[in-house]
Amino acid sequence: MTLSARISHRFGDFTLDATFEAGPGVTALFGPSGSGKTSIANGIAGLLRPDAGRIALAGDVLLDMARDVCLPAARRRIGVVFQDGRLFPHLTVAQNIAFGARYAPRGAPGLDGGTIEDMLGIGALMHRRPASLSGGEKQRVAISRALTMRPRLLLMDEPLAALDGPRKDEILPYLERLRDSGAVPIVYITHSMAEIARLADRIVVLRAGRVLRAGDVTDVLSDPAMVPLIGVREAGSVLIARVIENRPQGLSRLSINGGELHLPGVDAEVGKFLRIRILAQDVLVSMERPVGLSSRNILPAVVEEVHRGDGPGVALSLRLGEDRLLARITADAMDELGLAPGTNCYAILKATAVARADIGAMSG
Amino acid sequence: MLDAAAWDALALSLQVSATAVICSLPLAIAVAWFLARRRFPGHAVLSAMVHLPLVLPPVVTGYLLLLAFGRNGWIGGALAEVGIVFAFRWTGAALAAGIMGFPLMVRAIRLSIEAVDPKLEEAAATLGAGRWAAFARVTLPLIGPGILAGTVLGFAKAMGEFGATITFVANIPGQTQTLPSAIYAFLSVPGGEGSAMRLVVLSASVAIAAVLISEWLARRMAARVRG
Repeated sequence: MTLSARISHRFGDFTLDATFEAGPGVTALFGPSGSGKTSIANGIAGLLRPDAGRIALAGDVLLDMARDVCLPAARRRIGVVFQDGRLFPHLTVAQNIAFGARYAPRGAPGLDGGTIEDMLGIGALMHRRPASLSGGEKQRVAISRALTMRPRLLLMDEPLAALDGPRKDEILPYLERLRDSGAVPIVYITHSMAEIARLADRIVVLRAGRVLRAGDVTDVLSDPAMVPLIGVREAGSVLIARVIENRPQGLSRLSINGGELHLPGVDAEVGKFLRIRILAQDVLVSMERPVGLSSRNILPAVVEEVHRGDGPGVALSLRLGEDRLLARITADAMDELGLAPGTNCYAILKATAVARADIGAMSG
Repeated sequence: MLDAAAWDALALSLQVSATAVICSLPLAIAVAWFLARRRFPGHAVLSAMVHLPLVLPPVVTGYLLLLAFGRNGWIGGALAEVGIVFAFRWTGAALAAGIMGFPLMVRAIRLSIEAVDPKLEEAAATLGAGRWAAFARVTLPLIGPGILAGTVLGFAKAMGEFGATITFVANIPGQTQTLPSAIYAFLSVPGGEGSAMRLVVLSASVAIAAVLISEWLARRMAARVRG
């Protein structure tokens, strides 16, 4: 693993005690506010000296409180993108971006300046001052600045939380490009399941300072037992789909493991792979193939797992070939249909239920 | 219009004030940084010590300086052996002026450091900058206007310092006679009012010029810092 971290720290009543690992690609730390995400980020970055713990990055020990080792932030070579950008107000964009370059060791691997400039689309901003940038531009500059120091790990602490919806949607494609470049492993801290569904390869679920679950995003997000933790309206699975046809009216045919999806507004060439987030609340379950129904997406499935919550809802995972789709229905409906693990059924998804922002690009 | 004595007094005052400000500025920045950014035992005591010259009667400060830095003082005696003498020299006037202006400089600089978000220094650290580099490349440029304000206040205070100076280094024309001392000397002799008035106008002009120049510099600096 690239990063292995164990951090324990007490703040008054709150105790943080988290252990997790992060590999190549994007590892998301997910949790509500107060779950200890930012303290973990500060611990990794070297801005917090925890009571106990050990952090190693690619074999180098950054922190080992048992041996009283705690490298200062300046020597960890971890690029940090803060929620509030923290651009230096007295420097131009170009000077901000170049700030850390002189501290990178000669020959450190990483993206060169021109590639970063293109990837984040900041060429036109170079002579501006931070005060004249929009929120989205500021974050793109902050990411460029962190990459220019040639970090061994990029740590992003709620980088989109301060932006409004359209600005978030504007930045996500840049982050996807960065992820797909494979240039640097990323630890991405967020409370937004939508961002995780778009970006993350792995997820670490935090609650009250502890790690509740860690694993591949597709597995964790399609686990019915995770629904109460993620939130019933936010819960949903991520499927990998490939574009097979773009129809003239704007509807696209996508192949997924267990069949085909028909979705509007896909905006990707034939042959491209996409990550599609399907909210559990947008999936219907039918015992027979419905006829005379407007939905374009009717997929044969097998009930795999059932999770009854405290409320009236039930979360189901449905197997579609190799993929799992998460559905949320009422307990009454489940009992009436007699759904149980092993039951054959049909999963129904309205074509317009998938928001444009829940379709992400991916390479490969 | 001005006689030689007046020109001497002006030149000496500028020399004394400039020396006082230049020598005390690095220390003022360091003390202001510690007071703004660090919490340590003795924080309140250090803060009180720094402010002491502001609240003590200047003549008391001058007398304490004489006790400490006079030829027989416990610091002055030691320094005299290595050839540094303050008592009854222009250097002593600079020391007195520096000490009297110090609280004003520290106060202005401390406020400007407190206005710099420490999170920017953290960001600099994550980018690889050590503590000194972060200070030099982020904090220092951002507190430029505060340093300028402190410098102007300290300079103005030094130009006007009278009580501690005259107590510590007396009023020797060409040696320790600064503008305020010269005004005082002219006023103590019959028929000196005319000369005194010319010096009053001169000091006022220097003070107003200093404030105008610093205002102009501060506006330029603030615009640069704000972006």
